[in-house]
Amino acid sequence: MKICCCIKQVPGTTEVKINPETNTLVREGVETQINPFDLYALEEAVRVKERMTAAGDPSTVTVISMGPPQAEDALREAISLGADDAILLSDRAFAGSDTWCTSYVLAMAVKKLQPELVICGMQAIDGDTGQVGPGIAIHANYAQASYVAEIQEIDAKKLAAKRLIEEGYEFCEVKLPAVLTVVKEINEPRTPSLRGKMAAKKAEIIKWGAAEIEAPAEKVGLLGSPTQVVKIMTPPCREGGEKYEGETSIIVEKLFDVLSCMEVV
Amino acid sequence: MSITVDASKCNGCTLCVKSCGTNAIEIKDKLATIVLDNCNMCGACVSACPFKAISIDIEKQAAEDLSAYKGVWVYGEQRNGHVAPVVFELINVGRELADARNCELAVVILGNNISAAVAELASYPVDKVYVYEAPELEAYDAERYCRVLTDVTRELKPEIFLAGATTTGRSFMSGVAINLYTGLTADCTGLEIGEDGLLHQTRPAYGGNIMATILCPYTRPQMATVRHKVFPTSGKRASGSAEIVNLNPKPALFGSRSKITDFIETVGEKVNLVDADIIISGGRGMGCPENFAVLRELADEIDAAVAASRAAVDAGWIPYAHQVGQTGKTVCPRIYIACGISGAVQHQVGMRSSDTIIAINKDPNAPIFGIAKFGFVGDVLEVLPRLTKMIKAKRGAPATCPV
Ligand SMILES: Cc1cc2nc3c(=O)[nH]c(=O)nc-3n(C[C@H](O)[C@H](O)[C@H](O)COP(=O)(O)OP(=O)(O)OC[C@H]3O[C@@H](n4cnc5c(N)ncnc54)[C@H](O)[C@@H]3O)c2cc1C
Ligand SMILES: Nc1ncnc2c1ncn2[C@@H]1O[C@H](COP(=O)(O)O)[C@@H](O)[C@H]1O
Repeated sequence: MKICCCIKQVPGTTEVKINPETNTLVREGVETQINPFDLYALEEAVRVKERMTAAGDPSTVTVISMGPPQAEDALREAISLGADDAILLSDRAFAGSDTWCTSYVLAMAVKKLQPELVICGMQAIDGDTGQVGPGIAIHANYAQASYVAEIQEIDAKKLAAKRLIEEGYEFCEVKLPAVLTVVKEINEPRTPSLRGKMAAKKAEIIKWGAAEIEAPAEKVGLLGSPTQVVKIMTPPCREGGEKYEGETSIIVEKLFDVLSCMEVV
Repeated sequence: MSITVDASKCNGCTLCVKSCGTNAIEIKDKLATIVLDNCNMCGACVSACPFKAISIDIEKQAAEDLSAYKGVWVYGEQRNGHVAPVVFELINVGRELADARNCELAVVILGNNISAAVAELASYPVDKVYVYEAPELEAYDAERYCRVLTDVTRELKPEIFLAGATTTGRSFMSGVAINLYTGLTADCTGLEIGEDGLLHQTRPAYGGNIMATILCPYTRPQMATVRHKVFPTSGKRASGSAEIVNLNPKPALFGSRSKITDFIETVGEKVNLVDADIIISGGRGMGCPENFAVLRELADEIDAAVAASRAAVDAGWIPYAHQVGQTGKTVCPRIYIACGISGAVQHQVGMRSSDTIIAINKDPNAPIFGIAKFGFVGDVLEVLPRLTKMIKAKRGAPATCPV
């Protein structure tokens, strides 16, 4: 089985500092990381590969990322974690893509690769939309299941998934090819093996631009994006209020008062 | 598409350099210079420049007549005939937008045997309720729902379309927007009609560290998912009832490659954190899984939902569905009570937009106190049981309100 995993490189922390004098974001020297949810997606992809290979269907995991040239680091890390090969979708024309275009670009790569299964994280911690995974499914005309907490069964034609939703768990059967987005509960990611690290160093990262995936310029980047960011601001900082210290009995009393004024008790 | 710096306005102040997340701006001879290879056209520098020296131009026009699109729609998400609470919040903000645009407000609902839900929706201040009822629509199916909703939207052409930012709304509205080749802004916390007549959609990004205002200028409908508990719930209409319009199901749209086989509702406790009015949350400071019972007892007493930090979830004390934070849920209840939680930034991003934060922690320097309106330095294992006891004892007694 051919499995694809979409990973995004995001800032190392979302703690974007604010310069109090100028009230602008300070993002100098911010490190990057693989979007935390995508580590679960990758681990699940590698587990499905192992499961299918053990069942007699030799399988591979290809990681794809759309981003600037430095997203290559994230792809190498993914190889150290068990992916077989990596594709970087990078092109000046992709700059400014919103979720419509991001999922379009990723879907065009998916169409070229024709995997049976695509796994994404449930959302990225910077953009935080959760729209890209389901978007890939629509663009590529794949079946889909979002917020997957467990792949219970899988064979060459279909899979059974458990989805975590607000009210509980939903169980569903999905025909392949399909796109899944996964939540943290699905697994516990492994740490890179020595062999993985070696492979990561040596791996050749394939680079595709708009031409390789046959994406027309008017459907990608700022030009293709229906949405436009027109203003960015930093919200006022939240401040602490009163702090009560002292005897437990006094604290309990105070806490009770606070709750009763808020009509909780 | 191009980004340009107006040399007559730029004085090399470097504010743009600092605002850039991709190191794409350098100052050369006191002039901001864009390194095109690094630039992702995010627009942060355009906002940061006090002299309006930087601009991004897109040579773009609407491909069709946008004035054909009229009215504000709200997606009436329901499960087993039960309308999601966020829908009533959407009706409230949707009404304001419709009034500002001087147009109709409609709710569109998909499902089967939903007449009670339809009647309920019609008792709110909406003009129309569009109903798409069929046995095939009994349960939510991403593919089928997406296709049906795409079809109705294409036919009836609303100008604005809102849905709750629930697991359902987030996943299938994305598909609807893609089918219609229009924009979908996720998780909005602010919606307003601007002077330009467009829907100005404001949403937090980077874990709430920045707020971005987003427009969808050239395509329709302007679509947004809206965060729960940000807008107040709408009151019922003063009189009468909204017009109910039954739409004709088109069986050709019902195909799907997935099917639901089972559903297990989380019983016994309120885990639907997003709808909870009060959340009481425990962290590593709770010490062990058994101590969560102390928390639950208090939660029952004050009708709160129980949440947890990642530390408590990873320790296996409580299931993942309860986790709040960067890799869990984002919640904004009226009251969030953090018990034995240090308040690491990854936890804060999931709860800091709560109306009132109360923290109990034995470490007076815990970061949670930096955002808590009421902080209590003490041992949760002593404070909570005594508080529960006091609540039980004083229940019904008149409240005193010294704060
Ligand atoms: C990629 C990534 C994603 C993450 N996502 C999340 C997320 O979604 N949600 C999340 O919560 N975290 C998340 N984290 C983890 C986060 O950084 C913190 O490690 C975690 O929130 C700490 O949980 P805690 O406050 O319960 O534990 P600790 O930081 O260990 O704090 C326990 C606190 O309890 C206090 N305490 C101890 N005993 C008592 C007592 N008897 N009475 C009163 N107070 C007591 C201590 O003073 C301390 O402040 C993430 C981290 C990473 C790297
Ligand atoms: N630029 C990207 N490259 C690869 N995968 C992405 C990209 N953006 C988003 N994704 C995938 O889509 C998921 C959801 O992202 P988002 O919709 O941005 O919250 C992520 O967890 C990734 O799996």
